[in-house]
Amino acid sequence: MARINVETFFQKLLPRTKRNLQYGMVDDRVFVQKEHKCPTCSNPVETDQLKENAFVCYHCNHHFRISAPERLRLLADNGEYQEFSGGLSSLNPLDFPDYEERFSAAKEKSGLDEAVKTVVCKIGGRETVVIVMSFQFMGGSMGSVVGEKITRAVLLAAQRGLPCVLFTASGGARMQEGIYSLMQMAKTSHAIALLERTRMPLIVVLTDPTTGGVTASFAMLGDITLAEPEALIGFAGPRVIEGTIKQKLPEGFQKSEFLQEKGFVDRVVPRKDLKKTLTFLIDAHIAIRGGKK
Amino acid sequence: MTQRELQKKIRELKNLAAHHKLDIHEDLSRIASKIEGSESIDVTPWQRVELARHPNRPTTLEYIEKISDEYLELFGDRVFGDDPAMVGGIARIGGVAFTFIGHQKGKNMKENLRRNYGMAQPEGYRKALRLAYQAEKFGRPIITFVDTMGAFPGISSEERGISEAIARNLKEFSVLKTPIITTVIGEGGSGGAIGIAVADRVFMLENAVYSVISPEGCASILLRDAKKAQLAAGLMKMTARDLLSFGIIDGIVAEPPAGAHTDLSFVAARLKENILTHYKALSSKKLETVLKERSRRWLSFGEFYDPEEKEESFFKKFLPWGS
Repeated sequence: MARINVETFFQKLLPRTKRNLQYGMVDDRVFVQKEHKCPTCSNPVETDQLKENAFVCYHCNHHFRISAPERLRLLADNGEYQEFSGGLSSLNPLDFPDYEERFSAAKEKSGLDEAVKTVVCKIGGRETVVIVMSFQFMGGSMGSVVGEKITRAVLLAAQRGLPCVLFTASGGARMQEGIYSLMQMAKTSHAIALLERTRMPLIVVLTDPTTGGVTASFAMLGDITLAEPEALIGFAGPRVIEGTIKQKLPEGFQKSEFLQEKGFVDRVVPRKDLKKTLTFLIDAHIAIRGGKK
Repeated sequence: MTQRELQKKIRELKNLAAHHKLDIHEDLSRIASKIEGSESIDVTPWQRVELARHPNRPTTLEYIEKISDEYLELFGDRVFGDDPAMVGGIARIGGVAFTFIGHQKGKNMKENLRRNYGMAQPEGYRKALRLAYQAEKFGRPIITFVDTMGAFPGISSEERGISEAIARNLKEFSVLKTPIITTVIGEGGSGGAIGIAVADRVFMLENAVYSVISPEGCASILLRDAKKAQLAAGLMKMTARDLLSFGIIDGIVAEPPAGAHTDLSFVAARLKENILTHYKALSSKKLETVLKERSRRWLSFGEFYDPEEKEESFFKKFLPWGS
């Protein structure tokens, strides 16, 4: 069998495009559910104050789950970004009962259109592809649209030679899409294999919660893996494991800190330090390659 | 009259009888039993799940023994240990050396305890990847057999990074520089299955099932009733025929009417023939072409509506292989 130069082969698959990107989209809505009590310390919290504090409890440092628009407002320079592939919409390939109804209900309840948003924005002055999942939309589950959007975003980073930052928040595969949702694990992972050949960094930030098929695919494939404090991160959910072993799980099992201790997370980073950390990491990977600010 | 027409006639008769409250059940059963053994008999999805999980269903090692002229099993992931739930090694078939990898279930209680019912842990997936890299280095094609309820959901598994192990396999197998052929021989359960199922060609045995979650899991989570597993088995569209119609798999390997366990030699012969045919087809292509087609295959999975691109897909626009 003929030998090939794989490095250049995969480079050739990804020709660069030269369409100009536009910024200027700022989404100022608040999606955090109106919780008046912190789930960790039970102290009363005010939504406005939470918003000012990056949705971190100002009593006990509990990190509230936030959705894509809130995340982007915290992360992107001036809160500005350009969304792409926003128009993709789900089908019901298995004719699964109630899927359409549940999907519409999720749209209405969350104010979002899917469990992932893919954008280009600037972080610390550098153009970056950012992928953000929202647990608020059907548990952040991955169906065909989520898989396709993540794949396109990763390939866009490869084509344009941009760094890629990926925020995970998901209960796993979208079961209503059956085998198609399982295939998204391989699809997104293959896209990352192609990005790898371009030597552009993929920085994954694991947020609460990240489990199932999402953890067992792109969530664990970053060059750098960060995690927010106290986030639940695992393959099987805690209840499934307790059901298998018939005993209670130890304190802190499957939390970010546990994964750092076990060697699967590079670093646990509090939300307030995240932008600074990401800016440094992107700089460190791009500047060495001679990128301009 | 073809089988399909015959089946249709029987269903019509049944409906007619039910409508007129006639008792012709016995006659119908007699007719049905006469065409038993023909392959278009209606087997329900749940019956296939039961056949796929049958305690006597042939396992990976049995097929490897039958298919290969010589086989040498290799052990260990070189990091932590050996996982008996995942087996692999080097085999010779005729003049070609292959690397085999597969989940391994036990056939009795004792063996199942040792093999953890075919539920592999991180070291199993890492062993699979080690053998795959070895195959790539020496230009051996890889044959994988999928037969697992899923990866093991336990403390040890999580501690040693089952997610990372599966994720890495997905990424690495998708660009491995050697042909890969996968067959789901029994249960294809979720991430644990796809962890060794990223390939150039994917097949299923006739009574194998392949899904994102077990019918029991689907029933308890989506239907909110664990007892509705039989219903869920149908809704999940997890049979070989379903997956072939979706274009997820490339073909179905026939089994005897009562299941693979009734005639191992028959199934092994079919399996071998199928593997060799497709290995020949793949090896006659340039490796570059094989990799390109694998890339296109895995990027193409998904059903969605795209208002901007209309007929033309995103990948067609950007990637040179599209047109």
